[in-house]
Amino acid sequence: MGVPLKDSLKHYWKTFSLNELLKGMRVTGKYLFDRNKITIQYPEEKTPLSPRFRGHHALRRYPNGEERCIACKLCEAVCPALAIKIELEERPDGTRRTTRYDIDMFKCIYCGFCEEACPVDAIVETSLFEYHFENRGENIINKQKLLAIGDKYEAEIARMKAADAPYR
Amino acid sequence: MSDELVSFEVNGQTLQARPGSMLIAATDAAGITVPRFCYHKKLSVAANCRMCLVEVEKAPKPMPACATPIMAGMKVWTNSPKARAAQKDVMEFLLINHPLDCPICDQGGECELQDLSVGFGNSTSEYVEIKRVVRDKDIGPLIETAMTRCIHCTRCVRFGEEIAGMRELGATGRSQYTEIGTYVAKTVTSELSGNIIDVCPVGALTAKPSRYTARPWELRSYDSIAPHDCVGSNIHVHTARGKVVRVVPRENEAINECWISDRDRFSYEGLHSQERLLKPQIKRDGHWKKVSWQEALDAVSSILRKQLAFNVAAFAGPSSTLEEFFLFQKLLRALNIKNIDHRLRQVDFSDQAFVPSGLGVSFTELEQQQAIFLIGANPRHDQPMLNYRLRKASLAGAKVLALTPRKLAFNYTAEQIVAAPLAMVTELAVLVKAALEAASQAAPTVLADLLASVEISDTAKSQVENFKAPNSLILLGQMAVQHPAFSSLRSLATVLAQATGAKLGYLPEANSLAANLVGVLPHRGLAGEAIAAPGLPVSAALDDKNLTTVVLMNAELDDFANPQQVLKALRAAKNVIVFAPFADTQARDYATVLLPTSTFVETSGTLINAEGLWQSFKGVVNPPGEVRPLWKVLRVLGNALNLPDFDYVETSEIVAELKLELQAVPLTAMGQLSAPLVVAKQDANTMQRIGDVPLYRTDALVRRAKSLQAMLASPVVRMHLADMERLGIVAGDLVRLGQGDSYVQLPAEADEAVPKGCVWVQSATEVARALGAAFGSIMVDKG
Repeated sequence: MGVPLKDSLKHYWKTFSLNELLKGMRVTGKYLFDRNKITIQYPEEKTPLSPRFRGHHALRRYPNGEERCIACKLCEAVCPALAIKIELEERPDGTRRTTRYDIDMFKCIYCGFCEEACPVDAIVETSLFEYHFENRGENIINKQKLLAIGDKYEAEIARMKAADAPYR
Repeated sequence: MSDELVSFEVNGQTLQARPGSMLIAATDAAGITVPRFCYHKKLSVAANCRMCLVEVEKAPKPMPACATPIMAGMKVWTNSPKARAAQKDVMEFLLINHPLDCPICDQGGECELQDLSVGFGNSTSEYVEIKRVVRDKDIGPLIETAMTRCIHCTRCVRFGEEIAGMRELGATGRSQYTEIGTYVAKTVTSELSGNIIDVCPVGALTAKPSRYTARPWELRSYDSIAPHDCVGSNIHVHTARGKVVRVVPRENEAINECWISDRDRFSYEGLHSQERLLKPQIKRDGHWKKVSWQEALDAVSSILRKQLAFNVAAFAGPSSTLEEFFLFQKLLRALNIKNIDHRLRQVDFSDQAFVPSGLGVSFTELEQQQAIFLIGANPRHDQPMLNYRLRKASLAGAKVLALTPRKLAFNYTAEQIVAAPLAMVTELAVLVKAALEAASQAAPTVLADLLASVEISDTAKSQVENFKAPNSLILLGQMAVQHPAFSSLRSLATVLAQATGAKLGYLPEANSLAANLVGVLPHRGLAGEAIAAPGLPVSAALDDKNLTTVVLMNAELDDFANPQQVLKALRAAKNVIVFAPFADTQARDYATVLLPTSTFVETSGTLINAEGLWQSFKGVVNPPGEVRPLWKVLRVLGNALNLPDFDYVETSEIVAELKLELQAVPLTAMGQLSAPLVVAKQDANTMQRIGDVPLYRTDALVRRAKSLQAMLASPVVRMHLADMERLGIVAGDLVRLGQGDSYVQLPAEADEAVPKGCVWVQSATEVARALGAAFGSIMVDKG
């Protein structure tokens, strides 16, 4: 079936009048003078993150300084990437604690299951996503490092948890 | 209960069972799931958890399946809406007071309450009031308690009453004030106490030694055999990250049913002992030097090659495997060494031509005995799982009689003839005389003098009368074998067995039956073959002035009857080659070569139990450090010495070869009679020592298990009050005990269980190393 004459004339007109080009330039012109710019000047500027963002892990403490983790091993059991390794002992005060809590960040797929499984909100995924490793072996984050991150970002973690709480 | 089967219906499926048997047993057999907490197939029915409620036709309310007898034509629904609703409601009640501490509970992952709450529990609880809290009890170093978790199924209480034979735990209080405990705070001391950890459906009773070590889902389970007694209990060894973390029973109805003794359960702790040898070592100029296996084996083979055969003595501990015993004697015999022995605690070898065998009956037959005579046997300590069978026999009406050097704490009715060690022979002679008279037989000539010297008592007559029963058994235990007049006891027991028609058996030490069969003996070779020029038995070999070299396999001071004599001989010897998993400071003192070898979890092997059953097991974990399986070390040593036929690649080859050789060897306990030993009368200045081996000092591994050691009381010397008064000793005083040329000091305690003129100082303890013969005379005075 041939194209009707009317449509074909319309096509020629659009082509020679550069209509499409002008339409495109209009968008460019609009953003050239628009105040609400989308481009973010990272790292000086950052996008907002969801309270559910799953970044670097941290181990939290209670306000009295006691570590939350009770070595129940549920995160280790649920981890689909087998990234978590826990060893435990009975601490002299009779409580159940970890002696080793390693996360292999190369294996981790940031699914957040560990955080979901944790009965005491000890292991969390923070909104921290800017980190790097320079040497092999640094990818394994041990208990001390995880606790240190938890200590450093506790205020933010607590804020994120509180923001998400109504939806749980 | 009749034996005829009746038909009934469960969930529309027709099943058959004996009328009067419980519904839950039939549904279990048919594979129909009925939830339960308090029901246990080996324990009596309590019906107090109510979890197994099922709907029964014409019954107005749901009925507990564990306490509902089967009747012909009854119709049952285990998963009808009515049954399900009842089960769900019971579960809700059970969870009301159960704490939500699964994340820190050791039972988490293998908890019956956890499992069933997934199937029968609600996701939310309607209970908002305060939960009940119960104070935890300290019931000893083996069992951890968290009594708030208890759901009062009373399985532990029933276990104590019905299986362990000690009512140590009980329920006090009613309704929500019910508590399980010992009432008066004390340690649970039963030798089977660990089983309450298994029967507890929740985390109220958990194992203390393995507390907080691993989760059940990370454990790997391996089948193995417990090597600590002659029962050969079937066990599962659980490992996490290549380390043994716990041992649990493996069900075997013919051997250990579904229980194991605490010794088998907790001995694994010794594996991680500080005294574990990890690298071969040679002592040079008084200093230990770690060397390679090659160097160590070269050194051993050059020592063995250089020494004249009669300068060498070799001793093997009774917990070695069949393969180890076989290769050990094969290696030494190939070098023409004759002083080989495994009877380290035995002292009387005067009738050694006869080699002791096993029980003579199977474990299940043991339950059917009608009369049992235990001579110098403490089965409760030496073979806890056999004692359980004896207890069953006793509860079924068997008459148990025991001839023992000290009064024993039996957990069933047993008549005891308590006699000082030296008097045991005459006490037994009285019974033999009574039996001979009852059977109107003449006394055998060798025993005539001894029998003439005793008078028959009326009690002896009635005691002997019991052994006329068709199923009667006489068992010689370890205290008889270690007795200075073992040959006399054995001869008398043989005559008693012949006169009454009873069977005669032994309660051997660990795997010593295997050692007897393969010929780790100075006078017998493989399969009991007599050796033309026999070597010397243990004590004679140690005293031999030609002795320059001693080879010890899985044997240390505490394994010998007379540690004093052993230490002296070993210190004097030029070379002491030790194949062992452990070395303490004493071993480092006397040894010159230490070869680190395997424990039962690190090697494959075979154990022969008291009923003559061969049980092979495989290695469970990789040996630590440079430890090598002992049978491989012996094999390689055989190669290094260029001995023929040392080419085994697997232990199964050795077992196959030995099966052919040993099949025809009869396991009989009867032997020819020997003249009674003339035992010296007790010197007025000395007393007789009763030096039996404590429950948890039987072998090197057990001696290093921390928690089991914590179960043992600190060493004391126990004697009769009359003796204490005679010597002017008050309880708690330090008493000086002397044997040979050294003495020790121990606090005294009065004990009516010890006959007059005797002191009970157990052997195989650290203190006892300075003492001499376990059943010898001992100097006692106020220290």
